Amino acid sequence: MSNADKARAGGYIPRDRGWHPAPFHPPYKTSVKRAPQAALLSFPSTLSEETGPVFGHTMLGPLDNDLILNFAAPGEAAIGPRIIVHGRVRDEAGRGVAGALLEVWQANAGGRYRHKKESYLAALDPNFGGCGRVITDADGRYEFRTVMPGPYPWPNGMNDWRPAHIHFSLFGAGFAQRLITQMYFEGDPLIAHCPIIGSISDPAAVGALVAPLDMARTVPMDARAYKFDITLRGRRQTAFENRPEGL
Amino acid sequence: MVQPLDILKETSSQTAGPYVHIGCTPNITGIHGIYDADLGASMKTGPVKGQEITLTGTVYDGMGAALKDAMVEIWQADAAGIYPSAQDPRGSADPNFTGWGRSAGDMQTGAYRFETVKPGRVPFPDGRMQAPHVTFWIVARGINIGLHTRAYFADEPEANAEDPILTRIEHQSRIPTLLAEPDGSGGYRFDIHLQGPNETVFFDI
Ligand SMILES: [Fe+3]
Repeated sequence: MSNADKARAGGYIPRDRGWHPAPFHPPYKTSVKRAPQAALLSFPSTLSEETGPVFGHTMLGPLDNDLILNFAAPGEAAIGPRIIVHGRVRDEAGRGVAGALLEVWQANAGGRYRHKKESYLAALDPNFGGCGRVITDADGRYEFRTVMPGPYPWPNGMNDWRPAHIHFSLFGAGFAQRLITQMYFEGDPLIAHCPIIGSISDPAAVGALVAPLDMARTVPMDARAYKFDITLRGRRQTAFENRPEGL
Repeated sequence: MVQPLDILKETSSQTAGPYVHIGCTPNITGIHGIYDADLGASMKTGPVKGQEITLTGTVYDGMGAALKDAMVEIWQADAAGIYPSAQDPRGSADPNFTGWGRSAGDMQTGAYRFETVKPGRVPFPDGRMQAPHVTFWIVARGINIGLHTRAYFADEPEANAEDPILTRIEHQSRIPTLLAEPDGSGGYRFDIHLQGPNETVFFDI
């Protein structure tokens, strides 16, 4: 960012908390005792929120964005339908966010996580670890390869199943942009039943978490593709600084 | 009809879920060989300037139970009050200090721990100086949108008394929830309460 641009970058635009999930959502039982009850304290963003950690492309290993191979034994590969997930990270003004770190994690094709607290009886895949990461290019674009995660049951209601999903963690340029979300897949009938997704009241906000099948990015005889664009918070842009009139 | 504003909506948050550590600290969960080291495990890449401190604490739910599945991140200025970020226009930060830490918490107790430095003061947008503080971000199963808060230092009463944010809190009785207390051995303790009479003040920033 040039110095001239900096002079025009105001504070972060406030979050639309009605668009985000409700923190307290009783159908998602764990939220009941973990949702703060008092009103949040609002104030204009400061340098503490407008700055954030910097991650360089050099920290990435060659297979960090390939979950099919990054945990697999040499010559082997993760089991499951091969997919490419790609998209663009932009801010609320539509400008690409370059250098954004995306960390992703997911269950394997059978819906099983590689975690000692995981209780689902679906099989582990010895060649699938379940995590990957990528940093956006100058345009804000990213791409990684993985297997389609399976839906899985979870202890909430008596018979709750998560739709297939990939977890995303994102860093923008400022810590105010820090975000964790989940990507769902077009056409998954479990989306309508999920108490976690149900914490979002606006159907348009849910729709923005559902990645469409993208036949244009499919690799024939190899992998299907899904497109998932992500919007991080943006800063106010202004030529007018806050200052007393007449100065 | 009017013209559209062409403003996009921020992507909605979703809970980090119970397995956030697979994605963010895989080595701690026993997934080795994908990343050399977990990001944010160390905030120092060499000798750092300033007062070195440890910052420890526990996140409690509304029943007073410690969260063992949370992930806590902190972001702070260096000892001179400069952020190691291209977005800080005021100069270069300590090159051996990253400013950012990430903790999966202790497997048995859930307690987080950071080895860091005491931050310097950072200006508010109007030029007044803020008291030294560390920004916290907490995610876990059951938390639908990550929680921002700050740890200030209980042994900085003068700076805290003029801090532009602390002085704006309506219920001043809640300020102690934002104070890290010296533990007597060079460290500070900062517990976080998601609910209850000691509910931490969380920020909408
Ligand atoms: Fe999950």
